[in-house]
Amino acid sequence: MRGHLGVRFAQVIPTLLLVSIMVFCLQQLMPGDPALVLAGEERDPEVLEQIRRELKLDQPLVFQYFYWIGNVLQGDLGFSWRIRQPVTELVATKLPVTLQLASMAFIIAVFIGVPMGVLSAVKKNTFWDYLANGIGLAGLSTPNFWLGIMLILLVSVHLGWLPPSGYVPLTEDWRQSLATTIMPAFVLGNAISAVLMRHTRSAMLTALQQDYVRTARAKGLSEHLVVIKHALRNALVPVVTLGALELGTLLSGAVLTEQVFSIPGFGKMIVDAVFNRDYPVVQGVVLVTATVYVMLNLVADVLYVMINPRLRGA
Amino acid sequence: MSATVVTPSNSAGAVMASASQSPARMAVRRFAARPAAVAGLVVVVFFVLVAVFAPWIAPADPVKTSWTLIRKAPSWANWMGTDENGRDVLSRIIWGARASLTAGVISVTIATGVGVPIGLLAGFAGGKIDMIIGRLVDAMLASPFLILAIALAAFLGPSLQNAMIAIGITATPIFVRVARGATIDAATNDYVEAARALGNPPWRVAVRHVLPNIIPPVMVQATLAIAGAIIAEASLSFLGLGQQPPAPSWGSMLNSAQRFLTQAPWLAIFPGAAIFLVVLSFNLVGDGLRDALDPRAK
Repeated sequence: MRGHLGVRFAQVIPTLLLVSIMVFCLQQLMPGDPALVLAGEERDPEVLEQIRRELKLDQPLVFQYFYWIGNVLQGDLGFSWRIRQPVTELVATKLPVTLQLASMAFIIAVFIGVPMGVLSAVKKNTFWDYLANGIGLAGLSTPNFWLGIMLILLVSVHLGWLPPSGYVPLTEDWRQSLATTIMPAFVLGNAISAVLMRHTRSAMLTALQQDYVRTARAKGLSEHLVVIKHALRNALVPVVTLGALELGTLLSGAVLTEQVFSIPGFGKMIVDAVFNRDYPVVQGVVLVTATVYVMLNLVADVLYVMINPRLRGA
Repeated sequence: MSATVVTPSNSAGAVMASASQSPARMAVRRFAARPAAVAGLVVVVFFVLVAVFAPWIAPADPVKTSWTLIRKAPSWANWMGTDENGRDVLSRIIWGARASLTAGVISVTIATGVGVPIGLLAGFAGGKIDMIIGRLVDAMLASPFLILAIALAAFLGPSLQNAMIAIGITATPIFVRVARGATIDAATNDYVEAARALGNPPWRVAVRHVLPNIIPPVMVQATLAIAGAIIAEASLSFLGLGQQPPAPSWGSMLNSAQRFLTQAPWLAIFPGAAIFLVVLSFNLVGDGLRDALDPRAK
């Protein structure tokens, strides 16, 4: 197990290094001179020169990269050109909002996706199986921003049950916080629940054919116990790990969901930064998201090894 | 009572009949046996025809504004109503199909065109080349799809063309992975060994003998990727990074519809339903193709 995890840890470093190069290269795609963007109306050559000097834009590209990555490693993701605040500070303020949304979405996805997957596998090739598969496929095919708009129309505009937008932090008023985030969390969790449903179905179908399930049935255990205690417990191993990978996808989906529901999170920050041409923020968000995603991958792998008895002893 | 008696002669005939069927024909039969996949294909073909013949079938000019027709509810004159500038929603959806399908097909063509040769190289060459490509792919896959596409579209500048490039680049690593896996699988076949033993140069073995065998999984991935690319284009246009107004796009229509949810809900319902329907259809076709081309994967 140690060997496997050691290799996995070692693989993370070059991946993150390449991610950092990729994120750095993003800036090179930008048309025009960044100093001109930053200077705005000010076109004084001396000012432009000073900006280039300060940002090391007058240095060779390789130097610029090492200067940038050196700062990143010290926790400095640069300075927002528009808000005039360190990007690290901005990320630290916005990330918890998105993490709250993503965690709620994941819980909702598990509560919908896993039971649907179990039902689909247990009732294979019946009406319930087709229904669960149909719902899953529909979930995968629904753009989450459209689902969000439709839910606002139904739940907020017509029924008046929940607020259509806004955000209240959990620490301020937990009830209001839940009221403002439950609908966006459902929207965000929708696609993931479809993925979890498919994984659960496939893992359950495999588990239900195993000898230990046949033995449990032969012992006279009720079908309920066989499915939940024996098959599902084993089927959950791959589902947990694959589910951890989907957390990264949630960060991506949050961009649109936060936009629709006006939630001041990480996703809304990147969109605002894009329109303000605040490139250090865009770079910072991509780098942090990619790092979180790589780390989640690693956690998923470690979890898989830890909960899989066959790999534990390896 | 009638019964089918299997005699040696007619069973042999059946074997010969199935042996005479090409794998492509058998795949078509398996695909045709799936009603959901066929229904998906019908809807896809319908949308393709709508996109191609948009200038002839759209009842009105999709960008022509009319101050007397602002936010009119669906009626016989305007089947899907009119928008905040008095433009016919149905005509904009018909023209929007062009933007969506073009974006889906072109971005996936970019991803396939770049990803498949790289995947073929990685799988066929192996060793250090495979390792380097593998790490690059890992790095690209480490950034969530939409965030990377948004960043790319932002740095390249907002336009439909740049959105397609951004989606194409972002979708490339998946094709590298699929092509690499399929290449490794195909390279172990006897006929590849035989081609090598006959002294064919590696590039010829890869292109002539391995490439045709990796087409089925790539085709399945491409169909599913078109569905993803259509959603991605709609997402970028929704955020203002894709098709620019006044040109119609389903995503940008949804963006402006948000402001008029209470007064004109039809502005949000129809474009979203169009995205849903076309994406669902591509997903159904992709699932059907997977089962038809590789029944073992079912």
